[in-house]
Amino acid sequence: MGNESKIKIDNLNLHIGKNHILKNIHVSIPERQLTVILGPSGCGKTTLLKSLNRLTDLYPEMKIDGSIFLNEEDILHSKTEITLLRKKMGLLSQSPYPLPMSIYDNIAYGLRISGRRKKKYLIKRVEHYLTQVSLWDEVKDRLKDSASSLSIGQQQRLCLARGLAVDPEIILADEPTSALDPLSSKQIEELFVKLKQRYTIVVVTHILRQARRIADYVIFMYMGEVIEHGPAKDFFENPKEELTKEYLKGAFN
Amino acid sequence: MFLATSIIAIALLLIIVSILYKGLPSLNWQMLTQVPKGGYYFGKEGGILNAIIGSLYLSFGATILSFIISLPLAVYINIHRAKQKRLVNTVRFLLDLLWGVPSIVYGAFGFTIMIYFGLRASLLAGIITVTLFIIPIMVRSMDEVFKTVPKGLIEAALSLGSTRSETSYKVLSRQCIPGIITAILLAFGRAIGDAAAILFTTGYTDYIPTSLSQPTATLPLSIFFQLGSPIPEVQNRAYASAVVLTVIILIISIISRILSRKYYQERIK
Repeated sequence: MGNESKIKIDNLNLHIGKNHILKNIHVSIPERQLTVILGPSGCGKTTLLKSLNRLTDLYPEMKIDGSIFLNEEDILHSKTEITLLRKKMGLLSQSPYPLPMSIYDNIAYGLRISGRRKKKYLIKRVEHYLTQVSLWDEVKDRLKDSASSLSIGQQQRLCLARGLAVDPEIILADEPTSALDPLSSKQIEELFVKLKQRYTIVVVTHILRQARRIADYVIFMYMGEVIEHGPAKDFFENPKEELTKEYLKGAFN
Repeated sequence: MFLATSIIAIALLLIIVSILYKGLPSLNWQMLTQVPKGGYYFGKEGGILNAIIGSLYLSFGATILSFIISLPLAVYINIHRAKQKRLVNTVRFLLDLLWGVPSIVYGAFGFTIMIYFGLRASLLAGIITVTLFIIPIMVRSMDEVFKTVPKGLIEAALSLGSTRSETSYKVLSRQCIPGIITAILLAFGRAIGDAAAILFTTGYTDYIPTSLSQPTATLPLSIFFQLGSPIPEVQNRAYASAVVLTVIILIISIISRILSRKYYQERIK
């Protein structure tokens, strides 16, 4: 496993009013591995994830400083081309938000906004991405149906395929299984494990067992601080910090 | 609550019943298909086709013009400038003020502008005045709809690398189509039903206008003039015209309902 870091977060601080949400975050995310950001609810995991593709811009009350480097480019720099940046990252949110259009158009949307409009090409790519998330066989006869007619689990896989269609380098997932049934959750986890050969994946979760199942690298957060981070094996078998040990014992749950 | 509901229901019913009771007997094919002949307003032959067509021209024109301005404005304050809370709230406040301004004031304003540019009372002047008058209604209704878009959907669209405009027009507008149709309908209803804003600006004629620079008759004014007549026959024709106006609004409502139902199912909850 390569240990090249893909994203380097340097001295990141985030405030909402007087509340200090993220405190001096200093951590690297390894390339083509599955990194899990673990921690109890409200510890800033999601906020950290959203600052990676600058969705924090949507919230005027958030004041952010520090730097996040993606391939040596500072994401937080005001001159960074934000749409290009976001195309490098697919996002999977807590509950799936398919676009209000057909299943086919959900995948084709990302291709179209990148200027690829040839119908033949689109049809091929849509099949390709739906196959990647093992959804093709389930929907191939109803591509023109509205995406909201799919089950929640299917919708989440559709969202993943939609994210892959813009050809990202990184997949960000914010508790992607929290709205799903166990079977769909398992499918998503398996997809992640398959996809990490090609993508850098960052998953936010508060489910310890899920982290154990899928993580290569763990970032453990508590109250806006990174308490401990390291390869999953070390983290789970040999935690260094007291807080981590307690959390792993289940003291927080 | 039951009482309040009943009062509204009864009032509505009474309005419709009285219009139908007085109007239906006078309503006939001739009225719908002919323009007023000489002496129509004294109870002679003719119809109100000029007012029907005039009203449709006027309200469709104004609704389309207002839509072209309202949708971008609603999108702009909700997506592009969403972060500047103070600016957005100021715009909303101004629109609410404008919504509250009585339509006669718009009429007077339109009239002043018209005089300034040396225009005559015309379909165009009417369309512009009514457009100004329904923009606040349309923008604020669309605004309320855009506010209900789940943040997750905006985030999802932006995460795919969409620009803010792509997010707004390709994704959010689709999500909001049912609400946008309602906004259009609301504005259309106000446009076709208002008399005061067009009193000075569109004028009144017995002919169907063939260009934007001609004055035109409208249904509300036609009702007004006929109701002002001392002749009972003509007064009843005013009620018949009211039936026509109500039916037009009903038809538009039904069409828009059917349209929005189609998109309602595609919405993301």
